[in-house]
Amino acid sequence: MSKGSSNMAIEAYTGDGWLLTKLEQLINWGRKRSPWPLPYGTACCGIEMMAALASSYDMARFGAERPSFSPRQADVLIEAGTITKKMAPILKRIYEQMAEPKWVIAMGACACSGGVFRTYSTLQGIDQLIPVDVYVPGCPPRPEGLLYALLKLIEKIEKDHPLHKKAVQLKGELRYGA
Amino acid sequence: MALKDSVLKVLGKKALAFDETAGSLFVEVPKEHIVACLTLLKNELGFDFLSDLFGVDNSALYEKKKKKKKKKGEESEENGGSVQEEPVPPRFEVIYLLLNLETNQRLQVRIRVPENDLTVESATGLWKGANWPERECFDMFGIKFRGHPYLKRLLMWDEFPAHPLRKDYPLEGMGEERELVYEPEGEGHWT
Amino acid sequence: MGPVKQRIANEDYVTINVGPSHPAMHGTLRAIAYVSGETVLGTDLEIGYLHRGVEKLGENLTYHQFIPITDRLNYCSAIANNVSYEMAVEKLMGLEVPEKAQLIRIIMTELSRIADHIVLVGILGVDLGAFTPFFYLFIQREEIYEIFEWYNGARLTNTFGRIGGVEAPLPEDFEERWSKLKKGLDKAIGETDKLLTHNRIWMDRTIGVTPISADDALNWGFTGPCLRACGVKRDLRKDEPYSLYHQFDFEIPTGKHGDVFDRYMVRMIEMRESVKIIDQAFAMYKELGPDEPLMAKVPKIIRPPEGEVYHAIESPNGELGFYIKSDGTDKPYRIKIRPPCYMIFQAFDELIQGEMISDLIACLSSLNIIAGELDR
Repeated sequence: MSKGSSNMAIEAYTGDGWLLTKLEQLINWGRKRSPWPLPYGTACCGIEMMAALASSYDMARFGAERPSFSPRQADVLIEAGTITKKMAPILKRIYEQMAEPKWVIAMGACACSGGVFRTYSTLQGIDQLIPVDVYVPGCPPRPEGLLYALLKLIEKIEKDHPLHKKAVQLKGELRYGA
Repeated sequence: MALKDSVLKVLGKKALAFDETAGSLFVEVPKEHIVACLTLLKNELGFDFLSDLFGVDNSALYEKKKKKKKKKGEESEENGGSVQEEPVPPRFEVIYLLLNLETNQRLQVRIRVPENDLTVESATGLWKGANWPERECFDMFGIKFRGHPYLKRLLMWDEFPAHPLRKDYPLEGMGEERELVYEPEGEGHWT
Repeated sequence: MGPVKQRIANEDYVTINVGPSHPAMHGTLRAIAYVSGETVLGTDLEIGYLHRGVEKLGENLTYHQFIPITDRLNYCSAIANNVSYEMAVEKLMGLEVPEKAQLIRIIMTELSRIADHIVLVGILGVDLGAFTPFFYLFIQREEIYEIFEWYNGARLTNTFGRIGGVEAPLPEDFEERWSKLKKGLDKAIGETDKLLTHNRIWMDRTIGVTPISADDALNWGFTGPCLRACGVKRDLRKDEPYSLYHQFDFEIPTGKHGDVFDRYMVRMIEMRESVKIIDQAFAMYKELGPDEPLMAKVPKIIRPPEGEVYHAIESPNGELGFYIKSDGTDKPYRIKIRPPCYMIFQAFDELIQGEMISDLIACLSSLNIIAGELDR
C-alpha cells in the first residue's frame, strides 16, 4: 500500500470483491477527489487564480474541475484578494449559503491578514469572519502555491472525521429531546 | 506666458492668484463664481474636457506653518516684537483639472472652501463626468455640492460616520464595522 | 429615491441584482438592474467594495515606499502604474531620466499593455461564451510573465523602476526571448482574430451593442480605447508626448460607433502596434553601450520641493494621472490618482438603457473595469 492511500484491504481487487475499510475513510476518499472551487476573486490574487485555472497550471487535474460561482454547488471557497469592511457581510452570507461539507482557502496576504493595506477600510484577515482551512502567503502567491494549497487541503480532508461531527450533532439533539 | 495672459483676460477680476510648478498652471477663483468661471473657460478658451475633480485638506499644512510662525514669533518676542493672530485660512480646497483638446494645454482651477461653509455649486450641469468625483469628494471630505442629482456616499458604505481623507481621521480608522440588513423596500423589491 | 428610480417609477419592472459576487463581474462591483422583460430600463451602480484607502496610505509612506502600492491599482498591467507614478515624482523634482532607462521603461510599459489587452480579449470571450481564445492568449501572457520575472523578480505585481530611472539593464538573452514571444504573440493574436472577428455569432453579439457618440463620451470624461472606439483620435503618447514616444512610428486605431465590437478591435490592433514599438525601442537600446547611466542623480531620501504637480500617461485603459502635493518632507502631503475606468463606469447607466441583460454583461466586459483602479 502506498503512503496516503485509504488503507483499504487488497481483497477488493483480487478476491470476491469484498472491501474492508472504515466508513469514514470511504467518505473521505470520495470527498477529496473532487473539491469543486468557488473562485471568489476580488483583487490581484484573482488574476493569479485565473492563471492557476488556465491551461499552463491546470487546477482541474486535482479534481477542481468545475468552478462554480453559485455557492450552493461548490465545495471549496477560494478567497483571493482583499476583503474590505464594505464587502465583509457579503462574504459571510456567501459562506453561509454553501452546503456542508465546505472548506475555505485564504489566498494571498490580504486574505490571510490584511496584507499591505493596514487602513480604515480593510478587514485584517478573513478569519475574523469565517473559519479558514488553508492559508496561502504571497503577494500574489504563484499559481503553484495555490496548487500546493489544494493538495494540502486534500490531505486535510483525508484526515477528517465526518461521522464524528455528525455524532456530536446528533448527541446534542437527543439530549434536548428531539 | 501666453496661457496665463489669456486666462487673465477671460476671467478678469475673478482670477485671484496664479501658481506655477513644473509646468502646471494653477489659477484660483472665488468659491461663489466657480461654475461661471468654468463656463467662461469652457466656451471662450476651449477647455472643454474635465479630467478630474478632487479635494485637498490643508489643515496639517497650516498647523505646521503656525508652529513655525509661533517659534519665530517667540524669538522675535524676546527681541521686542509682537505676535499677531492671523485669521484662519480656509481649510479645504477643490481642484478641477481641465484640458483643451485642440491645443493639448492643461489648466488647473482651484477654489478654497472654509470649514464653516462647506457648500459648492455642482459642475454636473457642464460636464456629466463630474458626477462621481463630486460624490467622492463628499464621501472623503464632507464637501457638499449644491445641485448634484444624487449626492450619496460612493466608496464607503452609507452609514459610515466619518470622512476618511480628512487629516484628523487616523489611518487605521476608529473601528467602524458594517451592519448589513436586508430589507424589502416596498412592493416586494429587495435592496 | 435616486434619479434612476424616479425615471422608471411608472413602469413595471423587476429588480435583478448583479451583485458584488457574480461570475461575470470583473472584480467587486454591483449593478442593480431594473428590467422589464429582458430589456434593461436602468441600472444603479454601487462601487467601493475594494476601497482600500490607498490615497490615505500614501500620506503615511515615503515616496519610494509607495511604489509597490501603485502596483496594486490596475493589477493587469502593473508596470504602467509604476511608471506613471515615478514620472509624476520626477516632474515634481525636475529630474532628467537618462535615455537608456527611458527605453527600458517604454519596452516594459508596452509589454504590460499587451498583457492587459490579452486579459480583456480573453475575458470578453469567456463572458460571451467563447472559451478558446482565453486559453490560447493566456499561454502568451505566461511568456510575458517569464520576461517580467526574469527582470523584476515578480510575475504580476512587479515593483518596476525607481524614482529617477530603473535599477538594472535588460538581461542579455532578451533578444531571443523577445523574438520567441513575438512569434507566439503573432500566432495567438492571428488565431483569435480568425476565431472571433468574422464569426457570425460574435458579430451579432457585439456589433451595435451599447454604442456611444463621441460628444457624449467626451462629456463623460472617457479616455483610452473606449474613447478611440468612438472615433476620437486621442492618445497621450501622440498628443502630449512624454518620454521618447515622439521618436517612434506607430498608428492610433480608431473605431466608428463606440460599440463593443469597436472596443474589441481597437485593442486587437493596439496589441500589434505595441509589438512594433517594442521592436523599434529595442533596436535603439542595442545601439547604446553598456556604460550608459541608468538613473539620474537622486538623493537617498527624496524630499521634493514644496509644490504640486499633475502628470498623466497613456496606460492600457486610458489616461492614468497622479496629482502629488508635497510639503517639503519625505512623505507626500496628498496623492490623488485619476483612474481611467472611473469616468468610464459612470456612463454605464446611460450606455445600457434599452439593451438586454446579456448585453449588460458584454458591455461591462468590454469597458475593462478593474476594481482595484476604480476604488483605489
